[in-house]
Amino acid sequence: MVKLGFHHSTRDVDREQPALRVDRLSAGYPGNRQALNDISFTVDSGERVAIIGPNGAGKSTLFKAIVGVLPFSAGQISIYGEDCHSSHSNVGYVPQQSAIDWSFPASVFDVVMMGRSRHIGWFRWPSKDDRDIVRDILEHLSLDGLAKRQISELSGGQRRRVFIARALAQDTRVMVLDEPFTGVDQTSEQEIIETLDILTNHGITILLSTHHMENASLHFDKILILKGEVLAYGEAKAVMKPENLTRAFGGAIPVFAHGDELLMFSKDKVGGAPRGHR
Amino acid sequence: MDIASFLSEPLSYAFIQRGMLALVLVGGINAVVGCFVVVRGMAFFGDALSHAILPGIAISYTASGGYVGSNLFVGGLSAGIVSALVIAWLTRNQELKEDSAIAIVFVTMFALGIAIVSTQGSYTADLTHILFGSINGISQNDLLLMAAMAAVVAVIIALLYKEFLIISFDLSLAHSLRLPVEILRLTLLILIAVTIVVSLQAVGIALMLALLITPAATARLLVKRLHHMIFIACLIGIISGVMGFYASYYLDIPSGACIVLTLSALFGTVFVLKSAFSLLAERG
Repeated sequence: MVKLGFHHSTRDVDREQPALRVDRLSAGYPGNRQALNDISFTVDSGERVAIIGPNGAGKSTLFKAIVGVLPFSAGQISIYGEDCHSSHSNVGYVPQQSAIDWSFPASVFDVVMMGRSRHIGWFRWPSKDDRDIVRDILEHLSLDGLAKRQISELSGGQRRRVFIARALAQDTRVMVLDEPFTGVDQTSEQEIIETLDILTNHGITILLSTHHMENASLHFDKILILKGEVLAYGEAKAVMKPENLTRAFGGAIPVFAHGDELLMFSKDKVGGAPRGHR
Repeated sequence: MDIASFLSEPLSYAFIQRGMLALVLVGGINAVVGCFVVVRGMAFFGDALSHAILPGIAISYTASGGYVGSNLFVGGLSAGIVSALVIAWLTRNQELKEDSAIAIVFVTMFALGIAIVSTQGSYTADLTHILFGSINGISQNDLLLMAAMAAVVAVIIALLYKEFLIISFDLSLAHSLRLPVEILRLTLLILIAVTIVVSLQAVGIALMLALLITPAATARLLVKRLHHMIFIACLIGIISGVMGFYASYYLDIPSGACIVLTLSALFGTVFVLKSAFSLLAERG
């Protein structure tokens, strides 16, 4: 594994502890769409978990609660055993692309440097070390040629990678990505998956929401089906079953077991998820 | 008349020198603060705040027996902060849309201000000074206070630049870094209020918005990074201050109007040139 500059200042974490523990969490306005009701699950260090569920299932609500954007009403979230309110910089967040003002006057370098803010400290400007760390990260994610670009001048895949780079600059151990596969072409999708592999090689725990069943099944250790509550959680072959998917998506996605394959049909996507690939 | 005497003639009087320095100062500091107003889409808030300070100004003015100077600072700033807090309070749980809340506070405060000024005998002249500024009445002390307050605003922006950048660009990052988002936002609002009050004497309430918005919007067309934008906007603000000053002197037009028309001309030129260049680039 490459020794990266951005790992110099990483605090040691207790790898015996689960990277993320969500315990009896309730969040969002009760009765509202997107609300979460009493959900619990744990993610081990270095694992990759895909979260699927229909629109309004609370995927974004869950992520916002984990990151600290949304205060939650009940339950606890801990990151490597520490309550999430104190372990601030351990979780990196890659927001939905629609939440970002891409015309904002900031270069790729500027956006990634934002992630260093905590390390730089109050009332200070970035030091040479901070600039070197940002350059290291950009190089590692093959973004170094784009450092001076304004963020609107990037492709879909590049945009997501810039935000992943920003989360890396935070020295994050757990990364939460909100629908990175939504609205990108196949090349960008491939770029994002390769970037996830780099993160995994560095021991970073990944939580990602998606509507893309095939990617969820092929590229993740576990799948969590969410619909206000946890409907199923585990390895793809155990979770991606017709009964679970029908419960989550209703009739919107007809699912058939076909030999070793699980076939799913939806209006915009047709995908086959091979069973037992991992 | 040669160029040297063209430039030096107006500066032979100390009070006119102060007027020019005030315009340069006000042009510069408004442009810096205005960059945040522009990237955050707060133009309406800026306009509202510049009008909402009127009752505070009016009270200071009445209390001093009708004197326009740095004495208006305390009243104006208090009214500005009160307005900002009331707007924040009205919109705290999204029962009321922010632009509606801003509009209601803005007109209420402005009407209150007019009511207070109208109790004075010299109503029309007083209101004119407050609305359009009176560049020739700036004393040594007024100028020093303006400079000090502008310096404080600039230093705070330099110290909190990266935090202001983050809360303007992506609130989710601000929250995940556990930045005190509300305190930072309020600090920015207060800096805007201070800037507006500092500029009051030089340009008046009516045209304040142009100084906040136009240099920043012009700079936005030219560069792609916020700190570059701040630098260019500041330059544009200062240049417009100087050009507006000379135009005002030689054409005998109020300084506020001159500086605003200069800013608009610069913006128009940059906009047209940029459109022409991108058209040429498209055609290869």
